[in-house]
Amino acid sequence: MPLVYCGACSHAPGMTGRAERADTQTRQALEGAFRRMGDDIRATRPDALVVIAAEHFANFFMNNMPAFAIGMADSYEGPIEDEAFLRIRRTTVPGNKALSRRLIEKVMQTVDVAYAEEWKFDHGISVPLHFLTPDYDLPIVPANINCQGPPLAPLARAWAFGEALRNAADSVPERIALIGTGGLSHWPATPDSGKINQEWDREFLRRWSANDREALLSYTDAETYREAGQGGFEIRTFIAAAAAAKGARGTIDFCEPVPIFAVSCTLASFKLPGI
Amino acid sequence: MSLYQVQKLIYQLNRDPRTRQRYADERDTVLADYDLTHEEIGALQRPDIGLLYVLGVNGQLLMHFAALHRIEWTDYLERMREGLRQHGPVREGVYAVTGYEGVEAHEARLRAERETR
Repeated sequence: MPLVYCGACSHAPGMTGRAERADTQTRQALEGAFRRMGDDIRATRPDALVVIAAEHFANFFMNNMPAFAIGMADSYEGPIEDEAFLRIRRTTVPGNKALSRRLIEKVMQTVDVAYAEEWKFDHGISVPLHFLTPDYDLPIVPANINCQGPPLAPLARAWAFGEALRNAADSVPERIALIGTGGLSHWPATPDSGKINQEWDREFLRRWSANDREALLSYTDAETYREAGQGGFEIRTFIAAAAAAKGARGTIDFCEPVPIFAVSCTLASFKLPGI
Repeated sequence: MSLYQVQKLIYQLNRDPRTRQRYADERDTVLADYDLTHEEIGALQRPDIGLLYVLGVNGQLLMHFAALHRIEWTDYLERMREGLRQHGPVREGVYAVTGYEGVEAHEARLRAERETR
């Protein structure tokens, strides 16, 4: 069944953990945008949601760091973070091990992906799910791109991973929705937390909306680090989602810089043909 | 190699409740499991968030280590700034400071921009 939904969103832990410290109007607009995205996903009647995240040392460390990984379990626990810090109650989220396995086998045709039968969600997945599927009633297939511990996979490989996920989703009878989660420019968890390069974000989203492969892959990590901070390495998740959209054009549904959340909070989606 | 050991301990503390319990009950025994310098042990024991930041601990690990010690977000950011004042620039890794006006000034600037739109 062809992919039924493809989008991307922010996963900043401040969106839940420091929610009340943002301007009320902006916060309400952001939560409204998340509700709309959740409704749009549900409207496509998905059997599972693939979440391509940039995890933050919940599962993988520099002793054995996969460039790409996909979860293969019937359930996942999360968030791993202190509940008082993230303000999301720890819970069990359904997965689908058999479906994961079929997707992984297909992805492996072109990308050497690691698989994990144990996976703890961190804010990279738990924050989006808190807003998008608050009842945790949709099976999740977690996928990860290493955006934390250099050396990082080149952007072209993140694109290849997105393409492979799309081909895998299209090959199974289930209805698969997919989102990438991550930040654009940001300097999280440093004294610069809150710094945002709006101009850089706008240009990235212009390239993303146009689904311009060449322009998206032309960033170097040195340039991203200089202009968009170490958090900018997470564009890999947005790029993988763009590849999964297979040429479809994107729409930016919400994008507002919120310094206390440390990013331009962004929700965006692709118009998939026939959906 | 030593920064790697500091980060590995924090990684285990962040993700494993049993390691957290052991750390609460017998911290020195847990610390002895890792190949750490005296400076690193001291920074972990106090805890000195500013020094750990300067040593190069990845922020995605460090912010949760701070939360584990019930250090609130604004205090966490201030402790890193204090670390820079006391110990100098970040020595390793990609979490170096680059200069920023601060959240309050930034938000005031964004509000002013919105009002003139």
